[in-house]
Amino acid sequence: MPVKMPAPDSRTLARRAQIIKAMREIVPGEGVIDQRDELAPYESDALTAYAQRPLLVVLPENTAQICAILRWCNDHQVRVVPRGAGTSLSGGALPAQDGILLALSRLNRILEIDYDNRAAVVQPGVTNLAVSQAVAARGFYYAPDPSSQIACTIGGNVAENSGGVHCLKYGMTAHNVLGLKIVLMSGEIIELGGKALDMPGYDLLGLAIGSEGLLGVVTEVTLRLLVRPQGAQAVLLGFAGVAAAAQCVADVIAHGIIPAGMEMMDRPAIHAAEDFLGAGYPRDVDALLIVEVDGPQEECRHLMQLVTDIAARNGATTIRVSASEEERLRFWAGRKAAFPAIGRISPDYYCIDGTIPRRCLPEMLTRMTDMSRRHGLRVANVFHAGDGNLHPLILYDANVPGELDRAEAFAAEILRACVAMGGVLTGEHGVGVEKRDLMGEMFNEVDLAHQERIKCAFDPAMLLNPGKVFPNLHRCAELGRMHVHHGAVAFPDIPRF
Amino acid sequence: MAQQVRYTPATAAEVELIVAEAAADKRGLEVCGGGSKRLLRRPITSTALLDMSALAGITDYDPDELVVTALAGTPLVEIETALAERQQMLAFEPFDHGPLLGAAPGRATLGGIVAANVSGSRRLSIGAARDHILGFTAVSGRGEALKGGGAVVKNVTGFDLPKLMAGSWGTLAVLICITMRVLPRPRAETTVLFKGLSDEAANRLMSAALALPAAVAAAAHVPAPGAAAAATRAVTALRLEGFAPSVEVRCRELLRALEPLGAGEAIAGEESRAFWHGVRTLDALPRAGHVLWRISVPPACGWQVPSLLASDCVPYVYDWAGALVWAAVPENDPHAAGAEIRAIARSLGGHARLIRAPPAMREALVPADGEQGLKRLAQRLKAAFDPHGILNPGLDLAAEA
Repeated sequence: MPVKMPAPDSRTLARRAQIIKAMREIVPGEGVIDQRDELAPYESDALTAYAQRPLLVVLPENTAQICAILRWCNDHQVRVVPRGAGTSLSGGALPAQDGILLALSRLNRILEIDYDNRAAVVQPGVTNLAVSQAVAARGFYYAPDPSSQIACTIGGNVAENSGGVHCLKYGMTAHNVLGLKIVLMSGEIIELGGKALDMPGYDLLGLAIGSEGLLGVVTEVTLRLLVRPQGAQAVLLGFAGVAAAAQCVADVIAHGIIPAGMEMMDRPAIHAAEDFLGAGYPRDVDALLIVEVDGPQEECRHLMQLVTDIAARNGATTIRVSASEEERLRFWAGRKAAFPAIGRISPDYYCIDGTIPRRCLPEMLTRMTDMSRRHGLRVANVFHAGDGNLHPLILYDANVPGELDRAEAFAAEILRACVAMGGVLTGEHGVGVEKRDLMGEMFNEVDLAHQERIKCAFDPAMLLNPGKVFPNLHRCAELGRMHVHHGAVAFPDIPRF
Repeated sequence: MAQQVRYTPATAAEVELIVAEAAADKRGLEVCGGGSKRLLRRPITSTALLDMSALAGITDYDPDELVVTALAGTPLVEIETALAERQQMLAFEPFDHGPLLGAAPGRATLGGIVAANVSGSRRLSIGAARDHILGFTAVSGRGEALKGGGAVVKNVTGFDLPKLMAGSWGTLAVLICITMRVLPRPRAETTVLFKGLSDEAANRLMSAALALPAAVAAAAHVPAPGAAAAATRAVTALRLEGFAPSVEVRCRELLRALEPLGAGEAIAGEESRAFWHGVRTLDALPRAGHVLWRISVPPACGWQVPSLLASDCVPYVYDWAGALVWAAVPENDPHAAGAEIRAIARSLGGHARLIRAPPAMREALVPADGEQGLKRLAQRLKAAFDPHGILNPGLDLAAEA
């Protein structure tokens, strides 16, 4: 495994039988998995390059059991890794060898739908799509729609602050969650927010969302429901060059349009998708944009006219507006199948997730072409073009010695370039283990120490989801010491007491 | 209190030194931008004032990328003017508390807006300052410079420190520089007005409107004044924004769908903007001799606040489709100190905050009786950033949890 995980605690490993017994007392029946072959499915999440068999898997049924599990583990210094559906692309749910994998899949009930307050209260194991399906009859939906929405769970969405193709207009998970019930490692239950639009005190709700399972275990989520727009229309825009496509995106925004979705694919991604699905994408272009607008018919028509005019001015060689709902969905099917499409042309692929200022897109692609040559690996690109979120897919073969290492070096080079251009390491997949050791590219020691002290405030023994997000493990006591400020020379020109 | 010592740093490095020195000596600092909100909340007990107003100016504005970066002391007006020139805006409609608190207008700064998580009527549809801050640099109570977030609109790298800074009232770190997400200004706006509705009927109407695919941007209700001058009746308002053809059709469909609940009339453009300005500045509420409470509850139950408080002499304004209730309570009314108001807000699943009151009443305000575990957690968080409690001493946000 390329990223080094914390050394397992031999005392914990030696106590495995005792831990299993304690967990069985808390979660009766089938809720504790300890057989070697039954643990295998939990070794990895969707970042399959990383695998680790957990000490055991516990599947609690309710908040009370979660409290008891965490309290016991805190008292006995046993590590815990929470897991939703295991769709993380950053290794956020990678088990610890000496840790309990706390799988939240049995907490899968929608507890309340409150149309008057436009809110739904759900357990963390409910899938993202299930929420929208449950409220569809009344015309509502839950806006964030990560590509894995049929499988990924709300708990995981909260942990990762998931986005989706529509988050440019409708926001990420953090903008669509009103409240959380979380259990701290100590077993304490903390309720944050609710159905009101804001809360007193510090924004712990905002802090908890996207905290990658390091601060607490989510057991209830209050989601904001929105009314589904009356209709939507998409257009395929093909360009001879990436620069023209990027300019088109900038011009759409400059015209005051925030499309519901604005996606870009490069030539290798277009061809892979087209070979796989035949979505009707043009093959003779270097960049393809899918732009979606939504709202009443008049709005779609008006915005589509503006978008296609802008595209034409930027030299689009293909402009195809969806003529039906079926065609609109077909346009998207190709994009949404980009990953499996790449999976068909390469034994393995590695999906990267960085964000750059949009204006840097053409330069980034030029650089990637050069990197691809130097690392000897192909790359295909899909982007959330509206917000500069890149998803390069590096093609490799794990069975060829050295290729995974090269793919990871390639990925690290892309992410470093993202930061150097003024962007960030991850737009929506999270840091997890995957980007942990690159955190220093974006944050210095002082920045990271401030973040780690937050971890200490929630989980002083650092037992929850160990080895994720932060590159160097500091003890909380060590972080608590005050630094002497560069030798603390007094500033000469300021007034004194 | 004795005359406060005033620091006016002109650079981030100076702020770092001032805070580091105060931390070393365990001396308190009152962090202040333009001072528009100094009369809000409990008085800060500090002999030194850290005046951030010299750290001002937009450092980077890239309309194409939908981001603006400015120093914390930059006047809000300056940012809004620069954005308006490019037909963009801070979409959460931040507003200036100054006039509300009897101070001069125009002093609100970006740092203050973020620190207080201020937002206006569009909070309902687009969120608050917390939802639009992307990144920042600051000096924590440890006297250390730090940064959080980034300068792009999509970022999940590390803990969401920008959100933690929003609404922290300068008690964790002194904000130096802030990057905000901006959005295009709507090209057209229309407001549909319904007149003469009771608070309950108005709340129902706003809920019904938000269950329609009309993309209502803001929803407010201004009840008829108690003295009921015949000409002024209660007004319930729904704002629609966007491109003209879309606003037009949504307005038509909204009026049709809500017809069973009341007959609406549309106002547009300047007239509409003037109406919402009046909501923002709370024109309908008396100022002199009245304390101002801000009550945040689940949207559908806003209308219940007056009947639960059962006081005839308290005028209200509702925003956020009922989720925000402004109450002006006469200073000599026994409800002014807020024990009942806070209990009512809590019973409805929300909270109440005193916005404007005489100093004695602000000082006498006891922290809400919150949940202990949450309170302890918030205290640990405060200590992580400001172990000696030097930033804005007297403001205890942990106690509010």
